[in-house]
Amino acid sequence: MNVRETGRFAWQGVTANKPRSALTTLGILIGVAAVIILVAVGTGSSRAVQDSISSLGSNTLTVSASANGGGGGFAGGGPGGFAIPGGGGPPGLLGGDTTTSQNATSTRAAEVTMDDAEAIATSDEAAHVLGVAPVVSAQSVTATYEGASHSVSTFTGTTASYLLIDNSEVQYGHTFTDDDYTAHRRVALLGRTVAEDLVGDDVSEAIGKQVSFNGFQFEVVGILAEKGSTGPQDQDDRVIAPATSVRDTLSGYGALDSISVKASSAEDVETAQAEVEAILDARHDVSASDRDYSVSSASSILEAATSSNKTFTVLLGAVAAISLLVGGIGVMNIMLVTVTERTREIGIRKAIGATRSDIVGQFLAEAVLLSLFGGLVGVAAGLVGSQFTIVGVDPVVAPYSVGLAFGVAILIGLFFGLYPANRAASLRPIEALRYE
Amino acid sequence: MTEARHRRPTVELTDLSKTYGHGDVEVHALAGVDLSIEHGDYVAVMGASGSGKSTLMNIIGCLDVGTTGRYLLDGIDVRRLDQTQLSLVRNRKIGFIFQSFNLVARTSAQRNVELPLAYGGVRAAERAERAAAALARVGLSDRAHHVPAELSGGQQQRVAVARAIVTEPVLLLADEPTGALDSHSTADVLQLFDDLAVGGRTVIVITHEDEVAQHAKRVIRMSDGRIVSDERHAEVQDPPPRWQPTGTSVA
Repeated sequence: MNVRETGRFAWQGVTANKPRSALTTLGILIGVAAVIILVAVGTGSSRAVQDSISSLGSNTLTVSASANGGGGGFAGGGPGGFAIPGGGGPPGLLGGDTTTSQNATSTRAAEVTMDDAEAIATSDEAAHVLGVAPVVSAQSVTATYEGASHSVSTFTGTTASYLLIDNSEVQYGHTFTDDDYTAHRRVALLGRTVAEDLVGDDVSEAIGKQVSFNGFQFEVVGILAEKGSTGPQDQDDRVIAPATSVRDTLSGYGALDSISVKASSAEDVETAQAEVEAILDARHDVSASDRDYSVSSASSILEAATSSNKTFTVLLGAVAAISLLVGGIGVMNIMLVTVTERTREIGIRKAIGATRSDIVGQFLAEAVLLSLFGGLVGVAAGLVGSQFTIVGVDPVVAPYSVGLAFGVAILIGLFFGLYPANRAASLRPIEALRYE
Repeated sequence: MTEARHRRPTVELTDLSKTYGHGDVEVHALAGVDLSIEHGDYVAVMGASGSGKSTLMNIIGCLDVGTTGRYLLDGIDVRRLDQTQLSLVRNRKIGFIFQSFNLVARTSAQRNVELPLAYGGVRAAERAERAAAALARVGLSDRAHHVPAELSGGQQQRVAVARAIVTEPVLLLADEPTGALDSHSTADVLQLFDDLAVGGRTVIVITHEDEVAQHAKRVIRMSDGRIVSDERHAEVQDPPPRWQPTGTSVA
């Protein structure tokens, strides 16, 4: 018995009852397609998150207050010493005393301040820091211009250097200057989505216009170049303005949301992080164990996001793998029925000289044929299904998932076909021939 | 019939017994059978149901093995063989013909006849040629591509005969070959057996019909697992008693 002959017998067996074979195949098909599509969804969403994080720039650090911080260590002396430059001698000493007493009793929440940002920017120790920008955010801001209105999803108050740190560029008009910043001028840069909503497709028309944000008039000086949307988030739905004027109007004079820091190069990110931490540790009077702020780099966010996405993908894949397994049990079920139905045929074949391995081969080949066919159509269905946007995610087909799903489908055919095939082969010919 | 050289018997049973069950439910299907069947003989084994003739046929056909005693098929001691070797012996030495035809369904007559050759490892081209020749010998060349469901009972049994002879076995073993056939088809099949016997084949037919037994050169009757009579109606080298030359030469 050669392979071709065995294959032909198996094909005859599979085509003998087409609807039944098709339904059995469907089980495997759905399993394989589900594995491919769900893994593609997982991969696609993880790709989207990665894109949006890496668009922050790989050499960007974000300093933010941490919830579990030690609390208000910097509250006393810091601002005092910085706010009155030159006259620091006696008040500094005095301040030192008060700081100690305040430290003992303070329950103020941890925060990062404008002064922290200034300290990093002006420190001689921050050799690997290219730029520093404070970030204040204004929440639920609505922009209105001549009857058109738009709810801005991100309203950022910062300095001009933020654009460099954020890898953003101005497409029309110009950015605001340090002079605008210190003069508290109410000028703004619009993201493309905002500008389109306010003035229509020709976004450059917005330049020079007075746009009202929650009732405060800002002059539009520039339109930001398109960043595109990654995943569900539209990165062009934003407004950037000087932090000084934003604090005057929309956000109030509280703490900063964060400080964006750009390292001089991607390789220097870790060094820059250490420098920033040294400066802030000294200012907040904390150490690595009780920090009231945290410094995160794009790569560390990326790492966290990637690992959570991996879990997500594995879970999706596992659910799909279960359906593949169920499909395999369907194959075994149908093969057991087939063996029972064809007991007499098995008897005939054995009587005229089929060996045990001939019979095992035939029925195993049938099971594999079912799963092979299901696997092939399943791969096709999975690839087609992955072309559609699913729950807001553009699936990205992972080549390994195609190979894995197909391979596992074949293995499942082999595994679940083995028992029925052995059962067929161990039938005694006289009894099999007598079977009605 | 030019069997000049002396050869050992095709079937040689020595004190063969077969027991089913143990203790109280012990049944002696065969209780010490001695039987020798020469090459070229045409033997009918008769007996009522329960006489042990089916058990005898299963053992001769290597589908089963005796509990005690010895069975030599064409000189081979069958008891010493394992399952795979028994498959091989069935494939090479024996051609089976069953009461219910036992063709593989949804498979053309040609493919059915090729089946034993496929299991015997014969190449596809040679297989097709030999199967076509065997079908021609039973007069069914024009039905080669019909599936069993499209053939009459008599035609199906002739396909089964073609499948049995295609491997050129030393022994044709037929179990009630006419049991499911009408009288006309029965005559056809018996004529075919006569022709094969004339051609020098060793044929054993298990039957309970006298009409079938009358065609055999030797008639063995069984009862309660024993041979109770053994009559010879024609010599081994002679044609079967009812044989009528048909003009079509078969071999």
